[in-house]
Amino acid sequence: MAEQNSQSDLSDNGTDTHKITARNVNVFYDDKQAINDVSIDVDMENVTAFIGPSGCGKSTFLRTINRMNDTIPSARVEGEIKLDGKDIYDASMDVVQLRARVGMVFQKPNPFPKSIYDNIAYGPNIHGLAANKAELDIIVERSLQRAGLWNEVKDRLSDSGTALSGGQQQRLCIARAIAVDPEVILMDEPCSALDPIATAKIEELIHELRGKYAIIIVTHNMQQAARVSQRTAFFHLGNLVEFGVTSDIFTNPQQTRTQDYITGRYG
Amino acid sequence: MTINELLFLVFAFGLIAWFVGRARAASFISSETPIINSLPNYHGWFASLWAIIPAILFLIIWINISPALVTNMVLANPEAASITADPFSRSAILSEARAVASGSNQALFQEGSEKLVPLYKAAQNYYNSIAFAATLLLIFAGSAYAYTRLKPEFRARSKVEKVVMFTLLLASLIAVLTTIGIVASLVFEAYRFVTLVSPFEFLFGTNWNPRDNIVAGEDNGYGAIPLFWGTIFIGAIIAMIVAIPFGLMSAIFLTQYSTARFRSIMKPVLEILAGVPTVVYGYFAALTVAPAVRDFAVMIGFSNAASDNAMAAGVVMGIMIIPLVASMADDSIAAVPAAMRDGSLAMGATNSETIKRVLLPAALPGVVGGILLAVSRAIGETMIVVMAAGYAANLTANPFASITTVTVQIVALLTGDQDFGSPHTLAAFALGLVLFVVTLLLNLVALRIVKKYREAYE
Repeated sequence: MAEQNSQSDLSDNGTDTHKITARNVNVFYDDKQAINDVSIDVDMENVTAFIGPSGCGKSTFLRTINRMNDTIPSARVEGEIKLDGKDIYDASMDVVQLRARVGMVFQKPNPFPKSIYDNIAYGPNIHGLAANKAELDIIVERSLQRAGLWNEVKDRLSDSGTALSGGQQQRLCIARAIAVDPEVILMDEPCSALDPIATAKIEELIHELRGKYAIIIVTHNMQQAARVSQRTAFFHLGNLVEFGVTSDIFTNPQQTRTQDYITGRYG
Repeated sequence: MTINELLFLVFAFGLIAWFVGRARAASFISSETPIINSLPNYHGWFASLWAIIPAILFLIIWINISPALVTNMVLANPEAASITADPFSRSAILSEARAVASGSNQALFQEGSEKLVPLYKAAQNYYNSIAFAATLLLIFAGSAYAYTRLKPEFRARSKVEKVVMFTLLLASLIAVLTTIGIVASLVFEAYRFVTLVSPFEFLFGTNWNPRDNIVAGEDNGYGAIPLFWGTIFIGAIIAMIVAIPFGLMSAIFLTQYSTARFRSIMKPVLEILAGVPTVVYGYFAALTVAPAVRDFAVMIGFSNAASDNAMAAGVVMGIMIIPLVASMADDSIAAVPAAMRDGSLAMGATNSETIKRVLLPAALPGVVGGILLAVSRAIGETMIVVMAAGYAANLTANPFASITTVTVQIVALLTGDQDFGSPHTLAAFALGLVLFVVTLLLNLVALRIVKKYREAYE
């Protein structure tokens, strides 16, 4: 494990207080192993990037963190993933509560076919976060503002969320995730369906959000990982090859496989 | 030669033309021209089609015009001048003589027809030989033309393809044209009905007790409102109260909760249920459900509950419709992108919250379309209501009363010995037309909704 890398530029606060600690995680689809013995730590106020070639298991691993793999009947997870020291696969963990604390943004923007307002209000409504309409209004406005979308949509909150542009839709999805006040936000290739300008906006947004959440972003785009993340994990064939401070990974990788990948020799 | 023999002749020559054409094409293949444009089989088909199609077209026309030609020739004979001028007996004599001449009848009953028999025989022989000669001529002309076209570079393949296309086009037109024909006959008979009975009485009258001697300006008992109401009450209200919740819930279970294995068993079973003959449901309604419903109604205080009550027919019809609703709803829920469901689940919504707040609203147009199709199926349904719903045209919202429907009355009006000109019979056509128009509109609206919705997600 590359834990011993220089962490001087990280706000790391000791090994006991990681937001998420994963130990020896294995994931299987039926008998096929997709993730092989992965251990990793994720901290608050940090962006962690998962990079690696297609099919390397980075998205699969991401989905174990909010147990979205539960929706795939053939998926099976072994090992231990702790959020604030509590095992999320323990029987006492309510998956509904877990997902409220660990939000997720998907590869393709997936706003619900409802109004912009209702898209944001969805989470607060099902979790009972607003006592009345006025509180809900505040949550919606705050979430949209944090996602940098408020000024663009404040005059048409009742328009359908699906009528927005791709980049706006993705920011709407981020606002939707923020609205339930999560601690961790998982992003599964959030920019892969967007053009460069929309991508730049999302990246800027990730920078701003970093101060409040632990963000994990899966990306194909190595420049993006270098731009937005503080720490980077390189996955290959279901293994975590290297994990460390982003600048180290990109300038001074310890493993030849990492070096080969970031220099474009394969992937 | 009869038409059958001529047809046989045509196809026999067609077969010969196929072999000749194929052999001719095969002979083109040599060491200098190892490849010809089309395979020999296509040349065979080309020759064969040219031998068959013109002759067949001629025969089709011939079948339609030859009886008139024969009759004209018979009547032109001075011996035929003596037969009576009364049109009814005249045509009876002529058709009898023709039947005897062609051998389909043995005995003569009409006076004066026996002397026409030899005339008919002569005329038929005369025209049959013409038909035979013309058919042979067309076969040979067609195949000879085809034969001259056969060359190594001749594109027989694309010519045959065109014939295939026209054949398929013709086949597809037959269903459409038949439907148009049926509608036309319905419209025609319904028009005859409204010339007898005021359409205003028919569409808005509330008294259904059809009588045969129509008196203009009086209530003749052709008010179809009780029938329309009965149809809607049983097919669109009671049946849907049963079918919509159960169909929807089973669709939700199948798409969202059941294991893939259970779904793979249940979905085909549901679809098989949709194919059970409705008469079987009719038995169930009449023998099991109707008495049970009546006993229940009497128990809760409806002492006048009928044994042929609307409730039994409606409930069983609803059960019959469940697979249809479930299948359509299943399709539209399954068509909602998985990203919607994942998005909701990732927000911490439970399965049922996701269904209620995201999947069902997104699938709603498809579900509504499915329900409209189900309604249109239910109001056109006949067997269950004939067996269980009764014949009394009551205008009542009491589900335990005997209520009749449009389809039941059509059956009642057309059963037994009926004169096709009587308002009774014609009323059945008018009812049929109303039913047809309503179900057609329902189907149109439903298919539009379903289609629009599909476009939104694909």
